[in-house]
Amino acid sequence: MLIDHPLLGPRDASEFIYMGDAKLLNRPNWKSQNSKTKFLDYGYLRKNPAGVHKELWYHEQGDRSWLVVTRNTVTHEILKVELARDTKGK
Amino acid sequence: MKYSGFKVLWEGLKGNTGWKPLWRKPDPKKNYDIIIVGGGGHGLATAYYLAEKFKITNIAVVEKGWLGSGNIGRNTTIIRSNYLLPQNQPFYEFSLKLWENLEQELNYNSMVSQRGVLNIFHSDSQRDAFVRRGNAMLMSGADASLLGVDALKKLVPFLDFQNSRFPIKGGLWQPRGGTVRHDAVAWGYAKEADSRGVDIIENCETTNFLIKNGRCYGVETTKGVIKSKKVGVCVAGSSSQVMGKIGINLPIESHVLQAFVSEGLKPVIPGVITFGAGHFYVSQSNKGGLVFGGDIDGYNSYAQRGNLPVIEDVCEGGVALMPMIGRARLLRTWGGIMDMSMDGSPIIDKTKIRNLYFNGGWCYGGFKATPASGFCYAHLLATDKPHNDAKDFLFNRFERGRLIDEKGQGNQPNLH
Ligand SMILES: Cc1cc2nc3c(=O)[nH]c(=O)nc-3n(C[C@H](O)[C@H](O)[C@H](O)COP(=O)(O)OP(=O)(O)OC[C@H]3O[C@@H](n4cnc5c(N)ncnc54)[C@H](O)[C@@H]3O)c2cc1C
Repeated sequence: MLIDHPLLGPRDASEFIYMGDAKLLNRPNWKSQNSKTKFLDYGYLRKNPAGVHKELWYHEQGDRSWLVVTRNTVTHEILKVELARDTKGK
Repeated sequence: MKYSGFKVLWEGLKGNTGWKPLWRKPDPKKNYDIIIVGGGGHGLATAYYLAEKFKITNIAVVEKGWLGSGNIGRNTTIIRSNYLLPQNQPFYEFSLKLWENLEQELNYNSMVSQRGVLNIFHSDSQRDAFVRRGNAMLMSGADASLLGVDALKKLVPFLDFQNSRFPIKGGLWQPRGGTVRHDAVAWGYAKEADSRGVDIIENCETTNFLIKNGRCYGVETTKGVIKSKKVGVCVAGSSSQVMGKIGINLPIESHVLQAFVSEGLKPVIPGVITFGAGHFYVSQSNKGGLVFGGDIDGYNSYAQRGNLPVIEDVCEGGVALMPMIGRARLLRTWGGIMDMSMDGSPIIDKTKIRNLYFNGGWCYGGFKATPASGFCYAHLLATDKPHNDAKDFLFNRFERGRLIDEKGQGNQPNLH
């Protein structure tokens, strides 16, 4: 798989470490109501879709940036690549 | 159908005209006591043990494809009970004991071959970890011994003992581990479940569950609605897809694991060998092909095929451990979709919907678990209580923070 890095251009996926569902960017507030259930959901539960998936790739062998990659888990086709900092909170 | 040596001889003389299909191809009935969703190894074993041990025979196994189309027919066939944690090890030892008697019990040759599993170690600290594991195995009643370099040189002289980066210091050896002809396990369980009255319904995908007032009373399938008192889901890599139909998110990600087979070679690898410094394990099939594999590709996937970097990594690991295979040609590779749980251990539990049960999260180690998983799931479905050897495989361990994390990696499914 080639990941089209927004700053560096197409890079081989093996330069990256896969860090899972991009929902991890939105960490619940520990002071919020039901924070226990929210952290259970955040830490452990995943939608795990067959199809379009937003996920985190960390460019460890590169510029150490965190990317949000939108990828189809059935075909491995990469649809969109963004810097995580540009998507956070959206 | 009953198999025997005499029958094989007799059929040989008759031109093999008397063999019959092992299971019927029934249409679904309107009502069952229990429906098992997923006719992989675990689903079929569950149906068999429900019929045999718990005398419940009004059962349907509903399978999307054909029997053996899932991971039961894709894995690298290794069985062993060399786990560490007290929640896991007794369960896998229970499974190994069931394997040892499986062929007699099912009257079916699934080629259970206890040729031994050898885990190589390469450093002093790795030896310490393996000694600890070996002791855990002995305490559960399993067999284990620590082999030094001299013993290894007799058993597996072809290893690269002098590898300057990863010198071989010894191995943890489980003689009772080995390999089993994987799809014959599905066929054997199917044959015996069928002969006890279980309906195995192939090419029938479960598309939804029938739920009223928080209770499940059947499934919708591509062959129509089928009702039942209880429904047991057992779909391995498709777990999130199936449970997602009713909005249940699982502590599971689906990942692809690849397997590899070389051209046929003369017998050279005595048992199963695993590399302690990289992702590579190997055995040799009865036809002579080297059957090997390594780690999952590492990203969510439902593609049933992987990518080249892992192929390269696995082959490098193989050549580092046993340079002699460098010239063997790779014949085939394929992939299967693994239900990677958040702590690397399985779930056999009720769900929050009454009469709906779940079995999954087997990661890449569920083949060896097939008999015990079927047995324990049957126990849960029949009695509503977890079997003693599977009593910790529950959903609530995640909210209670009581993970069963063999590798100590935390909630990162692609590291287990
Ligand atoms: C390459 C590879 C190597 C492996 N090596 C080993 C090994 O050496 N040792 C080991 O212990 N384990 C190994 N495993 C893991 C092991 O194969 C699995 O953990 C185990 O087979 C999973 O259980 P199962 O047999 O029930 O799964 P499956 O055979 O996958 O059964 C699940 C079934 O559910 C069906 N299904 C899915 N959705 C639906 C639906 N909606 N309706 C109806 N049916 C549905 C599928 O078609 C499938 O047949 C390996 C796996 C792979 C892929």
